[in-house]
Amino acid sequence: MTSKHNAASASSSVLFDQPGPKGRRRIMVLNWVAAAVFAVVVVLVLLRLHNPPDGENQLDWALWKPALEAEAWTDFYLPGLWMTVKASVLAVIGSVAFGLVFGIGRLLPNVALRVISGAVVEFCRAVPVLLLMIFFWRWFAFAGIQEASYWAVVLALVLYNGSVVAELVRSGVGNLPCGQREASLALGLTQTQSLMQVEVPQAIVAMLPAAVTQLVVVLKDTALGSIIMYTDLLQESRRLGSMYFNILQTLVVAGVVYFIVCWLLSRLAEWLPSRMQRMTAAPAELEPLAPIAAGDPSNVNQIAVAKEVEERPLRGTPRQYHVHHRGTNASIRNWRQSRYEQGYDETHPESQIDPRTGKRYRDELPEGGESAARPESE
Amino acid sequence: MDSFLMLFSEYDVLHAFLVNIELTLWSALFSMLLGTVLVMMRISPISSLRAVAGGYVEFFKNMPLTIIMVFMVLGAFAQLKLSFSDVFATNFFWLAVCGLSLYTAAFVCESLRSGINTVPLGQAEAARALGLNFMQSATQIILPQAFRGSVAPLGNTLIALLKNSTVAAAASVSTETSSLMSEMIEYHPDVIVSIFLIFAFGYVILIIPIGMLTTYLSNKLAVRR
Repeated sequence: MTSKHNAASASSSVLFDQPGPKGRRRIMVLNWVAAAVFAVVVVLVLLRLHNPPDGENQLDWALWKPALEAEAWTDFYLPGLWMTVKASVLAVIGSVAFGLVFGIGRLLPNVALRVISGAVVEFCRAVPVLLLMIFFWRWFAFAGIQEASYWAVVLALVLYNGSVVAELVRSGVGNLPCGQREASLALGLTQTQSLMQVEVPQAIVAMLPAAVTQLVVVLKDTALGSIIMYTDLLQESRRLGSMYFNILQTLVVAGVVYFIVCWLLSRLAEWLPSRMQRMTAAPAELEPLAPIAAGDPSNVNQIAVAKEVEERPLRGTPRQYHVHHRGTNASIRNWRQSRYEQGYDETHPESQIDPRTGKRYRDELPEGGESAARPESE
Repeated sequence: MDSFLMLFSEYDVLHAFLVNIELTLWSALFSMLLGTVLVMMRISPISSLRAVAGGYVEFFKNMPLTIIMVFMVLGAFAQLKLSFSDVFATNFFWLAVCGLSLYTAAFVCESLRSGINTVPLGQAEAARALGLNFMQSATQIILPQAFRGSVAPLGNTLIALLKNSTVAAAASVSTETSSLMSEMIEYHPDVIVSIFLIFAFGYVILIIPIGMLTTYLSNKLAVRR
């Protein structure tokens, strides 16, 4: 967003001054000391691996070879990874559908639909995924459904992540500038039409990066399936390890695979917002940090504000959301209205002028505060 | 109704929740300590500390908790002989606390960092102008305000930690809720829905007050600027 304008002029850090020659020398010494300490820790870990008390040498190639050879990949890791990916992809598709239905349900003018959707979302968000998985697994097994553990993993992930997506839809709509809704109402659309045709489509584009970050969460959570005997990557690596008594080694390989896949997805999610921002009036959010439980505060906006200053660490942030908005639920009712009334709405400059005195409400803001951060609003 | 009474009289459901709460509190304590150290490393002028802390956070953010818990038992305990106690139950409990703390510390670090980003520039500048060095300004000026600014994300992390404590089942902690639920369903498959609802609402009841307390505290403690 606009932080790029300020990044160039900002100093790199504020907690410590730009070090002089003496400071630089001291930092260099400390750097080497710290590096040496970490090297010692690594050596100690390797020694422990090499010679655990009354155990065998864990660095022995005889233990690593069965964990790394071609058969291990073709017979265990790759089929396991395929099962993991299969469950994650289906779960993500399902949770986006679930999230859209219940997220929009929470925004509809109809009170009954709102209350029902709210209760479903809050319940699914508060129950641990593992409990959902175990419940569905046993239930499906009793009902005689084929591949009970697969459907249990998918359904449990759909319910939990769907409720997170529902909150993303809701906060995406809440973060839209009020002009969008006002304009569509002025054109004669009903509230529902404005929601479905103008607000939600933009909110969906805005939440896409967060949905990709959520994909990482889904992928990580499929590993829970190994507890209910789903043959995912983790379960396959445990099976391989129990054949050669080298679970430590196979778990390390599986961990590396999980890390690489999740890391690549995280990078994709970081790259997406810049592309998505062009298509929506809402801020494209990266972090899927919708509130986790009923009544708990959302840090979506706090994180969003913090992300603005990624290039200028510790620099403090210009406030872009209404005070009431931060530290409360993702989109409290009447947030947009109170933001307008109290003069925080930059897209409506007239709202920032006190009608009695003709001055700006917020002249107390420091020089180069919010107005400098959002030059296009002036 | 009878089935609920039967289930409660036959199984110690409350004790299972107590085990989860214990796991959560110990892990919250240790991950808070480790997370604070990590965030100080991440903002320090020493680049090797920054790199290590950054690598730690990136590693645990992209690693499933289940694999960490399995590793604690099958890797660290069974193969590396890392042991906290000769009693199996106690040993697995502390191994689970270990895994949960290591995992959660990365998220505590991220929450605190978002809190640090809400501290205005002037605070750090004033600290420097008063002649405070890095440690002094970090511990006396920046971190206290950062903690108050990050109550909301820390509360969310605590809620996630409470829910994640069920994954201790993967670390062979057999007395906690998900293991007990699995066991109850095995012996009473006819009342499976009641069993699930007992545990599900147990978590709803635990989590709602944490969420409300966090909302209250984050509004009360927020530094008014």
